[in-house]
Amino acid sequence: MSNLQLILAFSLATPLISALAVIFCHNYKSLRDICGPIGGVITFITALVIASAIINGQVVSLTLWQIAPGIEFSFRVTALGALFGLVASGLWILASIYSVGYMRGSNEKNQTRFNFYYAVAIHAAMAISYSGNLMMLFIFYEVLTFSTYPLVTHNQTKTAKDAGRLYMGILVSTSLLLFLPAILWVWVVSGTLEFTRGGIIPIDFPPSLLPFLLAMFAFGIGKAALMPFHRWLPAAMVAPTPVSALLHAVAVVKAGVFSLLTIVVYVFGIDLLFSSGSAFWLVWLAAFTILASSIVAIMKDDLKARLAYSTISQLSYIVLGGALATYAAIEGAALHIVMHAIAKITLFFCAGAIYVNAHVKKISELDGLGTRLPHVFIAFFIASLSIIGIPPLGGSWSKFMLMVGSVDSGMTLILAVLAISSLLNVFYLLEPCARAFFKPAQQEFHVENHILTILPPIITATLCLLLFFAVDWIRLLTNLMVIP
Amino acid sequence: MSVIYLILSNWNFIAVIMLMMAGLYIVISNQNFIKKLVGLSIFQSSVFIFYISLGKVSSGTAPILTGSPDTIYSNPLPHVLILTAIVVGVATNALGLALVVRINEAFNSIEEKTLLSLKIEDSRHAYEKDDSVK
Amino acid sequence: MLIFNNIPALLVAIPLLVSAVVSIISSARIAWILTFSTTLVCLFMAFELIDIVSSKQTLTYAFGGWEPPWGIAFIVDSVNVYLILLVAFISVIATIYAYTMLAREIAAEDLSKAYAVWLLTIASLFGLSMTGDAFNLFVFLEISALSSVTLIALGAGQDRRALIAAYNYLIIGAIGATFYVIGVGYLYAATGTLNLVNIIERLNELGTNQAAITGLAFMLAGIMVKAGIFPVHIWLPAAYSYAPSAVSSFLSAVATKVAIYYFARLLFGIFINITQLIDFFLLYVLMPVSVIAIFYGTIAAIYQTDIKRLFALSSIAQIGYITFAFSLNSHSGISAGFIHIVNHALIKGALFMAVGIFAVGIGKRATMVSLRGVGRQMPITFAGFVIAGLALIGVPLTAGFISKLYLFKAIFETGNVFFVAVIAISSALSVLYLWKIFEVMWLQEPAQPLKIEKEPTVAYISLWLMVITIAIFGIYSHGVSSSGMLAANALVGSR
Repeated sequence: MSNLQLILAFSLATPLISALAVIFCHNYKSLRDICGPIGGVITFITALVIASAIINGQVVSLTLWQIAPGIEFSFRVTALGALFGLVASGLWILASIYSVGYMRGSNEKNQTRFNFYYAVAIHAAMAISYSGNLMMLFIFYEVLTFSTYPLVTHNQTKTAKDAGRLYMGILVSTSLLLFLPAILWVWVVSGTLEFTRGGIIPIDFPPSLLPFLLAMFAFGIGKAALMPFHRWLPAAMVAPTPVSALLHAVAVVKAGVFSLLTIVVYVFGIDLLFSSGSAFWLVWLAAFTILASSIVAIMKDDLKARLAYSTISQLSYIVLGGALATYAAIEGAALHIVMHAIAKITLFFCAGAIYVNAHVKKISELDGLGTRLPHVFIAFFIASLSIIGIPPLGGSWSKFMLMVGSVDSGMTLILAVLAISSLLNVFYLLEPCARAFFKPAQQEFHVENHILTILPPIITATLCLLLFFAVDWIRLLTNLMVIP
Repeated sequence: MSVIYLILSNWNFIAVIMLMMAGLYIVISNQNFIKKLVGLSIFQSSVFIFYISLGKVSSGTAPILTGSPDTIYSNPLPHVLILTAIVVGVATNALGLALVVRINEAFNSIEEKTLLSLKIEDSRHAYEKDDSVK
Repeated sequence: MLIFNNIPALLVAIPLLVSAVVSIISSARIAWILTFSTTLVCLFMAFELIDIVSSKQTLTYAFGGWEPPWGIAFIVDSVNVYLILLVAFISVIATIYAYTMLAREIAAEDLSKAYAVWLLTIASLFGLSMTGDAFNLFVFLEISALSSVTLIALGAGQDRRALIAAYNYLIIGAIGATFYVIGVGYLYAATGTLNLVNIIERLNELGTNQAAITGLAFMLAGIMVKAGIFPVHIWLPAAYSYAPSAVSSFLSAVATKVAIYYFARLLFGIFINITQLIDFFLLYVLMPVSVIAIFYGTIAAIYQTDIKRLFALSSIAQIGYITFAFSLNSHSGISAGFIHIVNHALIKGALFMAVGIFAVGIGKRATMVSLRGVGRQMPITFAGFVIAGLALIGVPLTAGFISKLYLFKAIFETGNVFFVAVIAISSALSVLYLWKIFEVMWLQEPAQPLKIEKEPTVAYISLWLMVITIAIFGIYSHGVSSSGMLAANALVGSR
């Protein structure tokens, strides 16, 4: 085993080890709670090493055995995968610190179980990002679904269980009904599932069936929350906020769009998709999802529900980028995975911090809270601006690239969609801040200050700012996706 | 005329078919478990007769070597097979009857209708036992 | 060496003879030890057979030195050698499982006799999978039917409904076997031979022959009853759900599989040259019937509350998958069918084992109500149960996935997308009933505090042996998939 292979193995194993450590340290609370952050730091460092190796043009792969001809149990890091691995592991550090503060602050039960499945979910996310073929991606996609089920139903109330059932119902059924058959279809026609730049679909594949195959992937990956399979995401918001923050803003949903983007780039191939025009319908479906869910978000009063619909809308930006299939659009989509992840996790951190510290869940009750929790709301404000896409914040880059991409592909109408959506973003994301800072308080707040819940959003908000200037470094990776 | 000739020359097969249908009908339609077994026996016996008549070669003798090359023998193989099948049939009947005795002990009835209702009652009873302690 | 030359005969003779010995032994423990060592010997011989077959292709064993077509012959080739290994392997594990489980479910004085019948079943299954004589097959069919009826009736100690289930199985099984005999009679009348290899030759000379076709129809109908193929499966759910758990796990794993193997051999090995009839049967009878079976079994299982019956119903759906693969009438379809025979045997055996352990633990029948919260009390068994359940759905890294993989491959080769939907939708539906059980067992609170007996160690060891095999076959599929390919090669040639 070369050094890089060891690091790859280490990067995949650390979250699992951390999960086991959580169980062993069941009786020592502080020891148990430190497992997550430590695991996060180690994983993040390994992810950095892997990413720099990829930038230097090295091959990072690990093949364990062959399941069936053409289907190997193997990891091989793609440029997009390295990027997603960085995002998932880096945010895990902050999210695990945050979740300690949150879980203690709200006195949740079963914290060991919670931390265990949390780490397992991260393991699945890392394995998804480093998977070398479609089958591995599918396997860990399912692991991610199953490991997040106990997190969604953590409260064990009836609503939580119903939500869990909906969550599993949509995610498992779409993956079994559409995703898996699509994978096997690719396997049968091309004899391999290995991710290859330029795609693996053979030339003699009938072009008339391409949109059909793409549809099986697009709807089969329920985690991408493309309408009409988006209902699980708002339902999953019954979970404790750290779960919503890391999993339903970052790991789970991003795993969905990551899978879709990987399939576009490494299974179909950008050129095939663009020249055949088979993703044309997906562009419009994504555009519809962007607008429709923004409008739904405006009508939601529950802060987390609003953020959930905002997530659905933002995910479709990434799907849109993939479907446009021009180089700029693909890069924009990959950038948006990073930018949106950081901004959205900030928003969720803030929502959780508001709940733990002031016990408020509804936007209409936020009036006047701004002065009591200033750091939280400033972080919320910065992240909102990033999502809206205002320079100098990270989100502006990805939106810019997506706009360039839509012009490249000749679909100027998409520009209008993006613009309208930005306006809608302004409307529903800035309202909470405006209420908190400018409206007089209507009730007495009992504000506590759990430092562990306030620090992480400040850090991620700062990151939003920094990424505007550090975007070139990320583009080293995204460039590798598109430039042959 | 040819139809009548066909029937007359194959009367053994027609008898077999009639027995077979009668046996099968008894198995399917009868409520009584012992009568079902009787029907099964008739059904099986008809097959035995079918085999035995298959083996008969017209104007053939019993397959015992006579020494003369002109002798026409009946085919002994189906007869031997049926010996085995009869043994199997006896075993089936014996096991079936033993089961009927046990069923009668357990349910006090060997009528299908009664047993069916008892069975349903059993499953409802088992379910209620679980349910009552909710 | 003499012993190695006689393995096919010994595989049947040893269990048969030991069975006679066991029936007069009064000590249950000694009876078990004898049974267990017999199954071990059989497993060893099965491995030897694989060695022999892989070098010699086809092994024909003539009884008493009477060369076929005159005498009775056993044929071992790549089609059935893996089946023999499967039967031997599962009988070893099921015997281990029976050690504690049979003792808990049936009266102590009946135990040694139960082991005698158990061995009889094993002997008949070996005979069924090897015999190359059409009539001899009927004899083994009846031995296996009578012995399994006896085993099923042993469940009466737990639930008296087992008796009725056994009686129904006896009657339906006997009718099926008699149909088979009628078919053999027609075939004999047409070809004048009972040896399967010889029949193929004679049929080639005869061409299309009305009597042979009628015979085939009767034989297929009879075997379908034994195999539990959809419209004639009605004996199966009750028989498997009221039998003692050791018996249901063993029978559900291999008894129907052996009949299905013979079904495939009839279709593709013996009658392959009567193409119009076989094509018609596969396309217009077997395929629709299999699709209905898949949906009927799965949907009925969703509404079932009794867990053992639920899995018996799911067996009907799984048998539907196997016959569906056969009905595609292609090389990859047949190999997918054989692959699923092996995988489903392991999976269903493991599931019934786990349910049996749960039922013993709570002291009553396992239902959706009585199993509430049991998973947390019996974690070792539950973990094995979950893995086997996931394998039943076809989750990757389990054996069930490999089955689905090759099934999908066979379907995609036909280019019919409708069938893809059939398999995908039915797998998704099977998630429903399994998830329901998992949820009941893990998340729901028991109605009253559970008084759980300790998990019987021997029983869960055997469960885990099955589960580990399932996992290994899911991770290294090469062995199973190549066995399926070889079987298909031997049947229809490597087209």
